[in-house]
Amino acid sequence: MAAADLNAPAPQPAGVPVLAIRDLDVRFRTGDGELRAVKGVSFDVAAGETLAIVGESGSGKSQTMMAVMGLLAANGAATGSVTVGGEEILGLSPRQLNRFRGRRLGMIFQEPMTSLDPLYRIGDQLAEPLLAHAGMSRKEARARALELLTLVGIPRPAERLDSYPHELSGGQRQRVMIAMALANRPEVLIADEPTTALDVTIQAQVLDLLADLKRRFGMAIVFITHDLGIVRRIADRVVVMKSGQIVETGRTEEVFAAPREAYTRMLLAAEPTGRKEPPPADAPPVVEARDVRVSFNLRKGWFGGGDRELVAVDGVDLLLRRGGTIGIVGESGSGKSTLGRAVLRLVPSSGTVRFEDRDLTSLDRSAMRPVRRRMQLVFQDPFGSLSPRMTVGEIITEGLLVHEPAITRAERNRRAAQALEEVSLDPASRNRFPHEFSGGQRQRIAIARTMILKPAVVVLDEPTSALDRSVQKEIVELLRDLQRRHGLSYLFISHDLAVVRAIADEIIVMKSGKVVERGTVDGIFRDAHEPYTQALIAAAFLSKEAGPAA
Amino acid sequence: MGFYVVKRLLSAIPTLFIIVTISFFLIRLAPGGPFDLERPLEAKVMENLRKIYQLDKPLYEQYWLYLSALMRGDFGPSFFFRDFTIRELFANGLPISMRLGFSALLLALVVGGTLGVVAAFRQNQAADYAVIGLATFGITVPTFVIAPVLQIVFGLTLAWLPVGGWNDGALRNTVLPILTLALPQIAVIARMMRAAMIEVLRSNPIRTLRANGLPLSVIVRHALRGAALPVVSYLGPAAAALLTGSVVVETIFGIPGVGRYFVDGALNRDYTLVMGTVIMIAVFVMAFNLLVDIVYALIDPRVRYE
Repeated sequence: MAAADLNAPAPQPAGVPVLAIRDLDVRFRTGDGELRAVKGVSFDVAAGETLAIVGESGSGKSQTMMAVMGLLAANGAATGSVTVGGEEILGLSPRQLNRFRGRRLGMIFQEPMTSLDPLYRIGDQLAEPLLAHAGMSRKEARARALELLTLVGIPRPAERLDSYPHELSGGQRQRVMIAMALANRPEVLIADEPTTALDVTIQAQVLDLLADLKRRFGMAIVFITHDLGIVRRIADRVVVMKSGQIVETGRTEEVFAAPREAYTRMLLAAEPTGRKEPPPADAPPVVEARDVRVSFNLRKGWFGGGDRELVAVDGVDLLLRRGGTIGIVGESGSGKSTLGRAVLRLVPSSGTVRFEDRDLTSLDRSAMRPVRRRMQLVFQDPFGSLSPRMTVGEIITEGLLVHEPAITRAERNRRAAQALEEVSLDPASRNRFPHEFSGGQRQRIAIARTMILKPAVVVLDEPTSALDRSVQKEIVELLRDLQRRHGLSYLFISHDLAVVRAIADEIIVMKSGKVVERGTVDGIFRDAHEPYTQALIAAAFLSKEAGPAA
Repeated sequence: MGFYVVKRLLSAIPTLFIIVTISFFLIRLAPGGPFDLERPLEAKVMENLRKIYQLDKPLYEQYWLYLSALMRGDFGPSFFFRDFTIRELFANGLPISMRLGFSALLLALVVGGTLGVVAAFRQNQAADYAVIGLATFGITVPTFVIAPVLQIVFGLTLAWLPVGGWNDGALRNTVLPILTLALPQIAVIARMMRAAMIEVLRSNPIRTLRANGLPLSVIVRHALRGAALPVVSYLGPAAAALLTGSVVVETIFGIPGVGRYFVDGALNRDYTLVMGTVIMIAVFVMAFNLLVDIVYALIDPRVRYE
């Protein structure tokens, strides 16, 4: 193994699957009794093939492969059979399992930002599987680590050996994870949503890298994802999972062309579809922002010398009309969220912001308060943005306590029920707590919380990014519906042009705090000039193509 | 980093000055004085004493005299332990207290750390429950109960070790006091280490190691470094407290350390002794907090001081 040439193809045993899973069951002991996350799953992975496991959150797709790797949480247990090249590995002790993990099976994860040890240098972490499995000396391992970093396309690899993870971007960290998993040339690489946490253009690069490495090494890849665009692009075969069971499996082209199961068809059609009616050209302006600029001082402390200024938003203008939606797109760090907050005057900014016919720039806190009611915000994270200690009713009506302190308890209750109905939730659910709801339901609660105040403008900061595709579609439809009924105006912040296309009239593309391109949705999709916008569109197209005639 | 250390050392000066000022006036606010006895002294004698110790001067002048002496490294004479200066008292007692404290700290770190790690790897098994039980015992049972029990068992019943006394620091005499000092620290460190370890073992970086089939020794090495961070933070103040001596332990075992001076000084209104004790503890606390911050930066590359 030590002398193996990185570029030689892996040996391909004929006939025998490299990984075979039979009747796999995964159970978790929980406070509410036993949870059966995977129910009798069986499939094979042939040498050198790419198999995608798709399904929505909670379908058991990740837990199936965590069980294979012996990585289930302490309260989980797996039964059934998992064989690697004919050898049973389920139920082995960690020590026995380590003859397979990192040697014949590699795995990379969804969270590149947190998957490396922040306290150790990249080179040392990369060397560890080589020292443990390939019997290399420290010096040999370091040389191989350098080769691996070069192989996964890390710029200036020799320097990076001595870097710490926090000095690398998310995409680079995922490349390091890939290098580590492939260090000993495994026969199977398990990739659990490896690109989900990355910006779309970085996603494409990582997928290209995986495809390239697979070509060179001839390993099999098991790719766990909820993104059908990725499946179509890379997978030979697909396993579709729902509620812990396999509902459909087949060759990728066949499943996409003629899905047999209703669930698969639902997944395929789950792209946000339809378009928004643009507002009339003479609709009155609601928000008008001019030359908005937000900068943060990165202070160096006393004696520290010159402070450094980070310009997050750099001279942006926008005009939002009644009933209109502006989509603000860009990757992380582009300043799109900060722009949204600057419009709401939640961060200090220069330039002017007008709301209806008032200039907000000069208003102090108390003068802003009545305006705040009319300008609302919905956050990305439906789990973090609702207090776990308050009932849904309390969460929804909290704004009323501030803005309409005079109304009675009964009236608040009535309006809470009304707001919940408006977002298609059962009004009776107002006495329950957030943890009893799914991600999509929680986002509906967050929307109800803004709707109860009857706003004119809502800033939606990635409201669908944490949700499954099918749920995204429902939320987009709900938002369009609410907009039509109440004449709302939206600023819709997202990195996902597929979603933005379904909800916005205009698109602003941001990069490094500046607007690099703007136009109508059709205009942007027809002829984007900026390479950056084209890259965003190409990335969104990955998913968009997946739907049969969107 | 070097620049940061210099900055921290410089900022210690105003902090010390404020501490000295506040304590100087606070202790004099307390009713009574250093020469008040149950049977009052003759007025003439009292006047003489006050003159010798400069207590007859106005307060601001006393303060000025104390500060300027302090600048020269002179902590003044003790009011109670006649014929001793504060410097002499600490020169005799501090090495003793520091030796006990340092040994106890080392013992606590090794034993407590090991117990915590073992418990974390055996979570919810017998070994884990044993450690938790021991830790709860060590935290709840006060030293003034543990010390006499140790004396009775090892000193009187088994007669293995002396019941008390310093005996010029003979090893036999230090065992029981060190054990008494260490036990509560063992308990606290074991609990902290266990909690930190359990959290780290569940973290994504450790999952990566497992997925790469790395042996237990590698996992332990990574986990220890991550779990050390909260323990290191705790060790700063703990070390300062241990090294400056313990009233209870020194009293029970009859050890001539400096721990008892804090109580003795305050009760006797021995103004200079109280001041000396306050300055000693302040210096230790600041020094160990700085040390902790430096160690922290050595462990965690994300921490950078400018």
